[in-house]
Amino acid sequence: MTALDPAIYDTGKRPVWCPGCGNYGVLLALRKALAELELKPENVVIVTGIGCHGRISDYMKTNGFHTIHGRVLPLATGIKLANPNLTVIGHSGDGDAYAIGLGHLPHAARRNIDIKLIVHNNMVFGLTTGQVTPTTPLGVKTKSTPFGNPEHPLNPLLLALASGATFVARGFSGEVDHLKELIKRAILHKGFAFIDVLQPCVTFFNTYSILREKVYKLEETGHDVKSLEQAFRRAMETERIPIGVFYEVERPTLEEAFSHAMNPPPALRPLSPPDLTRLLSRFR
Amino acid sequence: MPVENVIDLGLMVAGPAGAGVFASSLLLGKTLMRHGFSVFVTNEYPSLIRGGHQWAQVRAVFGGYSYSHRKTVDAVLALDKFSAEVHIADLKNGGIVVCDEGDAPTQADPRVVAFPLRRIVKEEGGPSVASNTVGVGVLLGALGLRIEIAERVIYDQFRGKKEAAELNARLLRRGFELGRSLELGVRDRVMSLKPAEEGRSLLIDGNSAVALGALSAGLTFFAAYPMTPASPILHFLAEVQRDLGIVVFQPESELAAINMAIGAAYAGARSMVATSGGGFSLMVEALGQAAMTETPILIVEVQRPGPSTGLPTHTAQGDLRFVIHASQGEFPRVVLAPGDPYQAYVLGNVGLNLAWKYQVPVIILSDKYLGESYWTLKDLPQLGVEEGKVSRESVNGTFPRYKLTEDGVSPMVFPGTPGSLVYANTSEHDEYGFGTIDPLKVKAMQEKRFLKLRKLREEAERSGVEVYGDGEVLVVTWGSTKMIVLEALRRISGVGLLQVVWLEPFPKNKVKSAVHGKKILVIENNMTGQLVSLLREHLFLEPADVLLKYDGRQFYPEDVEAWIASHLEAR
Repeated sequence: MTALDPAIYDTGKRPVWCPGCGNYGVLLALRKALAELELKPENVVIVTGIGCHGRISDYMKTNGFHTIHGRVLPLATGIKLANPNLTVIGHSGDGDAYAIGLGHLPHAARRNIDIKLIVHNNMVFGLTTGQVTPTTPLGVKTKSTPFGNPEHPLNPLLLALASGATFVARGFSGEVDHLKELIKRAILHKGFAFIDVLQPCVTFFNTYSILREKVYKLEETGHDVKSLEQAFRRAMETERIPIGVFYEVERPTLEEAFSHAMNPPPALRPLSPPDLTRLLSRFR
Repeated sequence: MPVENVIDLGLMVAGPAGAGVFASSLLLGKTLMRHGFSVFVTNEYPSLIRGGHQWAQVRAVFGGYSYSHRKTVDAVLALDKFSAEVHIADLKNGGIVVCDEGDAPTQADPRVVAFPLRRIVKEEGGPSVASNTVGVGVLLGALGLRIEIAERVIYDQFRGKKEAAELNARLLRRGFELGRSLELGVRDRVMSLKPAEEGRSLLIDGNSAVALGALSAGLTFFAAYPMTPASPILHFLAEVQRDLGIVVFQPESELAAINMAIGAAYAGARSMVATSGGGFSLMVEALGQAAMTETPILIVEVQRPGPSTGLPTHTAQGDLRFVIHASQGEFPRVVLAPGDPYQAYVLGNVGLNLAWKYQVPVIILSDKYLGESYWTLKDLPQLGVEEGKVSRESVNGTFPRYKLTEDGVSPMVFPGTPGSLVYANTSEHDEYGFGTIDPLKVKAMQEKRFLKLRKLREEAERSGVEVYGDGEVLVVTWGSTKMIVLEALRRISGVGLLQVVWLEPFPKNKVKSAVHGKKILVIENNMTGQLVSLLREHLFLEPADVLLKYDGRQFYPEDVEAWIASHLEAR
């Protein structure tokens, strides 16, 4: 089998991201992953939130929904429940996913809806010109924290693991091929798949050199992806930063609980209103 | 039918929460309906699960329509001492309070009739809470109703639970025998009635009716976070979802609910959400998203008093201006306010169809009184489904989801359609959904969305108002207050009623011609006269007087009647 050409997913629009932005790496990895999985653009839906990451749907020649700030997960969930035949991939930023949209993440994880969430985590608000986010390290000076960030950063991987996510991974936009493999595995995973992508903001919080120094690949260490305990341990490492799949298990998906409604699924149902006679008997 | 042939009964069941107040009222209501009465059932309860005090009123009219509750009743079934003492005040002349012998008021009162309700339950081996069924039996006996009909209601209610049905039927019969010793003055007339053909009429609440309306328009996806008084919509749809093969889901918040529904609609599902004012507040950001992405969505907002948590289990009409203006920016929307379950059903259907026809958010503005009260309906007709401009043809490449058209409505395809790609964008965008800040494109898109208003206004003028009766005086109202006014007008002649059904777009011309040359009185269940403000805004109309109520309760028809009458005298 020959893979499709990643260029088929290119809308031809020139990205407006800053030169050297980590988003380019994610875009490239995504296109390659879809191409290697030979997914037809018409069967893929990219859902994006608000922030620099959100532009990615402008550059992906697939179906797309550029939604409001923080609501990528419920939007994607609705799409998937309405038509499980679609491959639904959410893109979110660290502000989008972990600040305003945080309330949705543990629930998407625990309900194991078969959607993928790729978080472009640059530890800063870029599009609004550099304010603190929930993943900005302690003490970092930003426009909204001129005296240093007073808050301890959130650990997204621990959160996803604790919420019962069945696929938890971390990628690095500087390692495009590695990230591509993660995205492929996420798409092939049956259930909610979560990838936090370390993705430096070259303008407001450039962490490239430090990340290049610190990241290492989990798959080179004999890490057992079935072990929740090992996954938690790895997610807590700070001296060196592991990337790769931390955890992957199988569990029934949310749409399986709605199997009664999936033949055909709500989105593909010809318009045929129900017979009222049966419904009304309880009121007689 | 001459007035003397009309039988007009008011019954009340009162007691602590968990004592079966509401179940008893529905048993009474259905039994009366199957005798041929037109029935209305409403309830009032605090926001707690056990204890407290609640009541339900059953108003049954033979030879006429039962529009609403009234201030006084013929009989009260009191399920505790507090209820027996307090609700004596609600009796008509000649009315009685039925209670257990242990619950008789400390101060003896000839209007209180005590029976060993709980002892009978014990003798029959039932749980002590079942004494309400014995009490219902007493009322049936006193009224001259047929025990067989009530038993069949019980067997229908306990379908599949034979033992519970048999026990309750025994309890009912024991109470019935006791009740025959009572005289309520209507027994002979009730006994001479020829019962209606069973299984014809419906006793249906506004919440179920609106859900049925949406189902009749092809609803396949429903998401809601529980909120009184909208939750019964969730409960009803959740229960029937397997039979109908639809998705009914309770997510983590109202934010999630409406975003899921929008996602589902973008994918091609006919979707709806339901909530009350507080939940709608949370949905507002996504309301704008539905408008900007031109995704069809039906929102049912069942009002309760606010602000904030307000009175969770009571009624109000205070959210009108809120739903008309909710969300930033400007965009067309539809706001429809049903006044009874029949309209709730029809507007549930119309609302979902309109959402798809015009690709706009549609809000059905209901209220607790409508949502949780039951009315008798002859039947619900099968209504049509309109698909709108859904295109089944494949397009090669990116689909112009926001194509500029003459009526502002663009053709719509769904993701997964071979060959075509659909791109929805909640930021301002071009015809293909790609973000734009180009002033010409921005202006064109904004105008395109508003083009839809032209036809929507025509629809509003066609079906936006209901007129009842005629006269020099015209009462104007909206929502369920219509039923109270109709009840009040039963005894007044020379007064018409105008119900504004479409609140947005406002059926300006229709209202204008209806109010022409009349003395206008406005009645609504809020403090600031929100419909009055719309009349001013659209028609420069100042009503002669306004009656407002904002204590969390629906109007009493008696008060409305007296107020209207005072205006007739002043003429």
